[in-house]
Amino acid sequence: MKLRNLSTTAIVYLALLLVLIISAALVATVGRNLLSPGNIRDILTGMSVLGFVAIGQTLVILAGSLDLSVPYVISLASLVAATTMQGESSRIVPAVVLTLGICALIGLAAGSITSRLRVHGFITTLGLGLILKGYLATTYKGTAGSVPWEFQLFGAAGVGPVPVSTIVMLALALIVGIGLARSRFGHHLFAVGGNPDVARLSGIRTHNSVILAHVWCSVFAGIAGLLLASRLGVGSPTVGPQGGYDLLSIAAVVLGGTLLAGGRGSIWGTVGGVAIFAVVDNLMSVMQVNPFLKDVVRGIVIVVAVAVYSRRRVVVRPARFSPSGRNILAPAPTPEEVA
Amino acid sequence: MSHAATFARTMLGPRRAVYLLLAVLLVAITVLNPSFAEPQQLVRFIQRVAPVAVVAVGQYFVIVSGEFDLSMGSLVTAQVILAGTLIGQDSSRSVPVLLLLIALGVLVGIINGLVTTWLRVPSFIVTLGMMLALYGAVMWWTGGSATGNPADSFRQIGRGGISGIPLIGMLPWAVLILAAVVAFGAWISRRPFGKVLIAVGDNPAVGKFAGSSVWRTKTAAFVISSLSATIAGVLLVGYAGVHPSVGQGYEFIAITAVVLGGVVLGGGKGSMWGALAGAFALESLFTLLNFTAVPSTFRDTIQGVIIILAVAYSGAVFRARRRGDLDPSPPPSGAEPTPLGEPPLPPPAETTAGSK
Repeated sequence: MKLRNLSTTAIVYLALLLVLIISAALVATVGRNLLSPGNIRDILTGMSVLGFVAIGQTLVILAGSLDLSVPYVISLASLVAATTMQGESSRIVPAVVLTLGICALIGLAAGSITSRLRVHGFITTLGLGLILKGYLATTYKGTAGSVPWEFQLFGAAGVGPVPVSTIVMLALALIVGIGLARSRFGHHLFAVGGNPDVARLSGIRTHNSVILAHVWCSVFAGIAGLLLASRLGVGSPTVGPQGGYDLLSIAAVVLGGTLLAGGRGSIWGTVGGVAIFAVVDNLMSVMQVNPFLKDVVRGIVIVVAVAVYSRRRVVVRPARFSPSGRNILAPAPTPEEVA
Repeated sequence: MSHAATFARTMLGPRRAVYLLLAVLLVAITVLNPSFAEPQQLVRFIQRVAPVAVVAVGQYFVIVSGEFDLSMGSLVTAQVILAGTLIGQDSSRSVPVLLLLIALGVLVGIINGLVTTWLRVPSFIVTLGMMLALYGAVMWWTGGSATGNPADSFRQIGRGGISGIPLIGMLPWAVLILAAVVAFGAWISRRPFGKVLIAVGDNPAVGKFAGSSVWRTKTAAFVISSLSATIAGVLLVGYAGVHPSVGQGYEFIAITAVVLGGVVLGGGKGSMWGALAGAFALESLFTLLNFTAVPSTFRDTIQGVIIILAVAYSGAVFRARRRGDLDPSPPPSGAEPTPLGEPPLPPPAETTAGSK
């Protein structure tokens, strides 16, 4: 079976399997077990935050845009949630609603500027990120607020070796995956990302698709912020930018086989890409690799993986011309002949 | 149309608006601080802008060819730390290390370019990987604590100059280097290479059919970009000294400056002069904010508002003019947000939405 004939998501999971096998072998050489319950838990915990961000980023990239403002949305979400809760469990629901509402507004702004004013998504979200960065630095001098114990369970609890946050992340990925495959929004998103002009001429309101994608992306970044607030117990203005979630989430999406140009890709590929990142990171932690060397490995993994994918065929369709230039489809019966 | 109206129309157009913005900012600074207009102060200002301007000119060539270079910031940091560590206090090593830095710059550019064009990895991802790898490698090599400035003779490139010039006192080397970089950029933009670069950035498929070598052109653009980051690194090591945070975020500052200068992300439109003016406008904005009572943390917020407004304005004016000038023409599809990292040669027959 040739690599180029496989579906993209299949290649992603083959790559994940390969990474798992290599990692298990390497971890075994230092006398430890990669798949011990404790280590599985570590890997899955590492997946959840980046997973939330990357699900949202997938939607935006599918629409042909991208979102560089996520780190600051994450920080803002953690701060809004923690300062609204102030350690009281009765305020959890209003705080979560408020946080996600603010994030949705940020996404609405990003989407509207990108689609209606036709500013490139790169510039829109770079600018919005800077605006939020300035606001955060001016308003908050350090960590703020506190999160009640019940809410901390979201980040700490687990079913066996599987953390609750990862289950939530996978459940949301499932919902988004079904939404992309079955809903009108999903079909429009692929159409708009593939070719906005053709989508518009086909009667799609292209603005709405882009705006909705940005709204969902910011909301997912907000969920990631909530999760980080629950883990830290406080809101922090630096938690998002320190994680480098903007570029890492874009890398995870592309690692999952989604085209950076938009229009093609899948949520399951993204989850696979996030898993590859988490396994490689966990491998390096177990092997006690120098933290700076980790960045080198990450950089190389991203480029090599995407180079492998770019060998694939983007559109799967029977060849029309043979290598010699003969039209293979010519002898096929036309509809009139069949009738 | 009268000459005055033509001039106003040109200055308010999408390409020239950056010069108007720059002029307004410079006037505003001078009003707040009259000594800014003195020749000495102006030269000092140009010296301070020089690293950003050099990086913006380099980034321009990559962006106009339809790609991104996110590795610039890390490359600047790497060059600064390498210069500090390798030269130390031994000024006789200056020239060999300088050659080494240039070689590293060329190598990084070639890798970025070849992986983008031959392996068809989007340049956003290639240079993102290079950014992580370069920074990680340099920090790993120095153990995370880069200290020690290079010998003073080497730092003179960034901080020294020719003294005893009438009117301006000292003419900094940085200003001369910036002038040389701009002269080189202007020269190469007029050469066939510059034209091919814009053609390839606008439409790689057409560029290829017209007989240009897409991979060679784009790789050359990446080499120019990496070399400009090298020059900025050499200037910054003199001006700011050795620190792991020197150069951080330079890639986004450079892209902002280029876009502010009316260059379109996705390639094919814009001029080097615009990018240069964009760099100066951005630094003037920061200078202006320093003179006003705005808290320094709000600098980012204002920068964010300005870049969104600038790009929205130039896009709107561009579309309006195009509609007016070329009537009756179809709506300008070229002004649509261009998707990032398009494959160099999309197969022509695959336009319908097929199965994925």
